[in-house]
Amino acid sequence: MTTDVTPHDGTPLIEVSGLRKTYRTGTGEVVAVEDLSFSLPVGGALGLVGESGSGKTTTARMLLGLERPDAGRIMVRGTPLAETVRGRAARLARAKAVQMVFQDPYLSLDGRLSIGATLDGVLRLHGVRDPAARSARIGELLAQVGLGPREAATRPRGLSGGQRQRAAIARALAVEPALLVLDEAVSALDVSVQAQVLNLLADIRRDTGIGLIFVSHDLAVVRYLCDEALVLHRGRTVEHRPVGDLLTAPADPYTRLLLASIPRPGWDPEHIARQRRELPAPAAAGGVVPSE
Amino acid sequence: MALLDIDALSVTLPGMARPILDRIELTVAAGETVALVGESGSGKSVTARAALGLFPAGADLAGRVRVEDIDLVGADAARLREVRTGIAAMIFQDPRAGISPVRRIGDFLTEALRLVGGWSRARADARAAELLAAVGLPDPERHLRQFPHEMSGGMLQRVMIAAALCGEPRLLLCDEPTTALDVATQAEILALLGRLRRERDLGLLLITHDIELAAASCDRIYVMYAGRIVETATADELFARPRHPYTAGLLGSSPPQEGPLTRLAPIPGAPMSLLESATGCAFAPRCRFAEPGRCDQAPPVLEPHGAGRVACHRADELEPPVLAHLAPDSEDR
Ligand SMILES: Nc1ncnc2c1ncn2[C@@H]1O[C@H](COP(=O)(O)OP(=O)(O)OP(=O)(O)O)[C@@H](O)[C@H]1O
Ligand SMILES: Nc1ncnc2c1ncn2[C@@H]1O[C@H](COP(=O)(O)OP(=O)(O)OP(=O)(O)O)[C@@H](O)[C@H]1O
Ligand code: SF4
Ligand SMILES: [Mg+2]
Ligand SMILES: [Mg+2]
Repeated sequence: MTTDVTPHDGTPLIEVSGLRKTYRTGTGEVVAVEDLSFSLPVGGALGLVGESGSGKTTTARMLLGLERPDAGRIMVRGTPLAETVRGRAARLARAKAVQMVFQDPYLSLDGRLSIGATLDGVLRLHGVRDPAARSARIGELLAQVGLGPREAATRPRGLSGGQRQRAAIARALAVEPALLVLDEAVSALDVSVQAQVLNLLADIRRDTGIGLIFVSHDLAVVRYLCDEALVLHRGRTVEHRPVGDLLTAPADPYTRLLLASIPRPGWDPEHIARQRRELPAPAAAGGVVPSE
Repeated sequence: MALLDIDALSVTLPGMARPILDRIELTVAAGETVALVGESGSGKSVTARAALGLFPAGADLAGRVRVEDIDLVGADAARLREVRTGIAAMIFQDPRAGISPVRRIGDFLTEALRLVGGWSRARADARAAELLAAVGLPDPERHLRQFPHEMSGGMLQRVMIAAALCGEPRLLLCDEPTTALDVATQAEILALLGRLRRERDLGLLLITHDIELAAASCDRIYVMYAGRIVETATADELFARPRHPYTAGLLGSSPPQEGPLTRLAPIPGAPMSLLESATGCAFAPRCRFAEPGRCDQAPPVLEPHGAGRVACHRADELEPPVLAHLAPDSEDR
């Protein structure tokens, strides 16, 4: 892997401070994310967990520049991410900073192109002019995600779900990004195939300095892949700690609820449902705020 | 007598390399929660639909599907209606797919009551409100006037469960009812299903690809692979002592919630499609215990082993300690 994500002075790979995002709706304003701050070292991995609507995807979209924060700042390797991206050079720079893998791999693959052609296009766009160099790099990328020449020649539709998700990961890696954001990227896969992709992501962590932001509501998966977990509840950070500590000694009642919700033998869903009803709403943020 | 009794059911489509379902055996008794687990395409939904007498068009059928005392293979329209609008009901993974976005919850719920039952508007409305209360929605009168987009996925799944209860079913077929929901909401829906089962003595068939969810919330589990049931046992037994390599592989594929982290041991490859056939064990291409000469013969249909039943040539040798080696690789993570 040729990615150079190693800063020379210990600057965090990404540093997010005070992010806030609200949406206007018919009935008022939804605070999707409130005062979110975290940083990630080179090669670090952070799990973003929380129930549906807690702000995980909104956060991912802000990191990717698909959504403009109302407040706060995102720095990648010490440089603020441009709020507006104009022109080819700026777009390419943005793409090199952050890449995303979605739950639905079709969102990042062109259904009309073979996987090889998709990778070739990305490499060309990012300035790899020499066809021989491109083809060597395509071979490397495919090998890295465990795909072969047959899959390279196939369009996304001809691949299994797991192979498609590997292809989407290869596409993201082709850009050599500093940060890879995965939004529920393994959630739709069968467990056996999910395990293959999780091992692939663990290898990427080990072999490259790419940082991972891993969005999931599955805490066991987050534990497998990440050093730290950040729990969101209605847009608020309720807990952000090393994932081992968070799992063994959750400090926040909401984190405890999430942990209790994981199915395991002796599980008591009725007790969890009761706890959830009694859970205090997080202070200030979250839910609908009447608009002035 | 079992509420649902599927016996040696085979469903074969012309032109496919293998049957969609191959000699399926499965029972659900009143008051019992039974899970059917397996990967995508293994035949879980086809099995559940068979319990409503719904079979793929043009399929050849063999075997028997009984709901209470009604045999659904070859049943006439009146009996099928009796089953589908009364004895059995089904809920699905994506509640939004089953409900028109432009209709109010109340209209959706009362439609069946008014059309099939010939109920008056007022009576149907009252009944719909009752059902919404029964599934734990806080403000039934208001929810009746709401549109689907005004509700969260978990609330909408409650509405679908309420709709399933319209005909006072005794058998509830739940096809991935929580797959689209987050874990906390999943627990709420399972709490609701558990309460309904107790209160109404329902038989529940829970279809899921999450073997841990099955083990946590069901009495018995059936594991399905490529159209066959490959193992069945009580949930505790199956979780603690899987005997089929596929079951062990499923368990070894999920990251553990506690204890040391070792590299996951995924089942290699991908599930078999309908266009592939196997003369021997369908799992052999992915099985690390496959033995040439033996596993290229089709394994028997479920045979008793330990406390459960297994379809594997090597079930006798593959006692739990052997299978336990599936889980950890020595590598770190
Ligand atoms: N474009 C939008 N317009 C209005 N509200 C939005 C928009 N996008 C998200 N929201 C709201 O913002 C909140 C956070 O949504 P977000 O999609 O970030 O949640 P999530 O944690 O990704 O949930 P899920 O697990 O369901 O994917 C929710 O209340 C959601 O309804
Ligand atoms: N009506 C039909 N006509 C033809 N093939 C069908 C029909 N219904 C299902 N199949 C095929 O039968 C196989 C089993 O399908 P089924 O829907 O039961 O799988 P499943 O176990 O429910 O998978 P999933 O987890 O993806 O829902 C699949 O290969 C599917 O494509
Ligand atoms: S019959 Fe053979 S190939 Fe099939 S599961 Fe058993 S050991 Fe594996
Ligand atoms: Mg999301
Ligand atoms: Mg299905």
